[in-house]
Amino acid sequence: MLQVNEQRIIFHSGTTVGELAKKYKPTADLFILNGFPVPVDTEVLDGDTCTFIQKGVTPSPDEFEIFLTARHTPGIQKKIKQSTVAILGLGGLGSAVAGAMAKIGIGKMLLSDYDVVEPSNLNRQHYFVDQIGMLKTNALRDNILRMNPSLSLELIDKRLTEQVLPGLFADVDVLIECFDDPAMKAATLRSILTRMKNVAYVGSSGMAGFGENNAILTRMERPGIYIVGDETSEARPGMGLMAPRVGIAAHHQANQALRIILGVAKGRE
Amino acid sequence: MNITLNGNNKSLQKKSSVLDLLKDLQLTPETVVVELNTTIIQPDSYDSTDIGEGDQVEIIRFVGGG
Repeated sequence: MLQVNEQRIIFHSGTTVGELAKKYKPTADLFILNGFPVPVDTEVLDGDTCTFIQKGVTPSPDEFEIFLTARHTPGIQKKIKQSTVAILGLGGLGSAVAGAMAKIGIGKMLLSDYDVVEPSNLNRQHYFVDQIGMLKTNALRDNILRMNPSLSLELIDKRLTEQVLPGLFADVDVLIECFDDPAMKAATLRSILTRMKNVAYVGSSGMAGFGENNAILTRMERPGIYIVGDETSEARPGMGLMAPRVGIAAHHQANQALRIILGVAKGRE
Repeated sequence: MNITLNGNNKSLQKKSSVLDLLKDLQLTPETVVVELNTTIIQPDSYDSTDIGEGDQVEIIRFVGGG
């Protein structure tokens, strides 16, 4: 069998990529075989996956899913697609985490922030100049749907308190804490430990300035509870938050969430 | 009085509440999570919760920025 875009078809030996494309996607001008671009005269083998693309045309959500599956292998992509994460705070950490989770094709994301995009955010947060003044939830939705149109999103644009967290987030697989405010960081972990005992947690503490790359760590506080950062570099006058180091921490968080989803890092006990 | 704080031995000079300990450690109460003998202590109980001989205290501290 062959996988050609969304379809499974019978394999015949000697068939070339060009012949298949002519039949199944005549308008294609880019020919991907098992994840890599190839010339049209390349012969396919049984079990191959062909993806034919017309440059400049947006693929459908189904087509997009097939691209991701080809990249990630089917078993892994299925687990990612079935998972839900919540991202609390859509600043330098949260906007970058959301981008990473969007690109790997996470099934569902709950995105939470009450704030609007301000000029001072743009030194590190993944928004555009023409989005200043928009709610971060709406701006980030627009941006990540351009990265992956098949995402399922839930936007929460109210200010959160410790009391409301379980009602909103108790059903997610992984809660990724990306708040700026240390009191909300502590409140979130407290809520996770006492009232959300099945939800894995990836929190953050200490990523301001331009200190050592390798001081940013992912520490397991206990099974299913992880804290990312150097745990000392506090954002303050003279040591601001900057895109490179915040990005390191954000991608530690995103990768840890992925590791939990795939079962290679410990979940809650 | 001796307690275990984040896995290390610590001596306290006098009878202390959780709030006293946080002040002693120069920590801002709102930015930490405190666990006393495997129970999470709510912030509004920091002042009224006393620490006893041999208690196991875990404090997870957060700094701002995100």
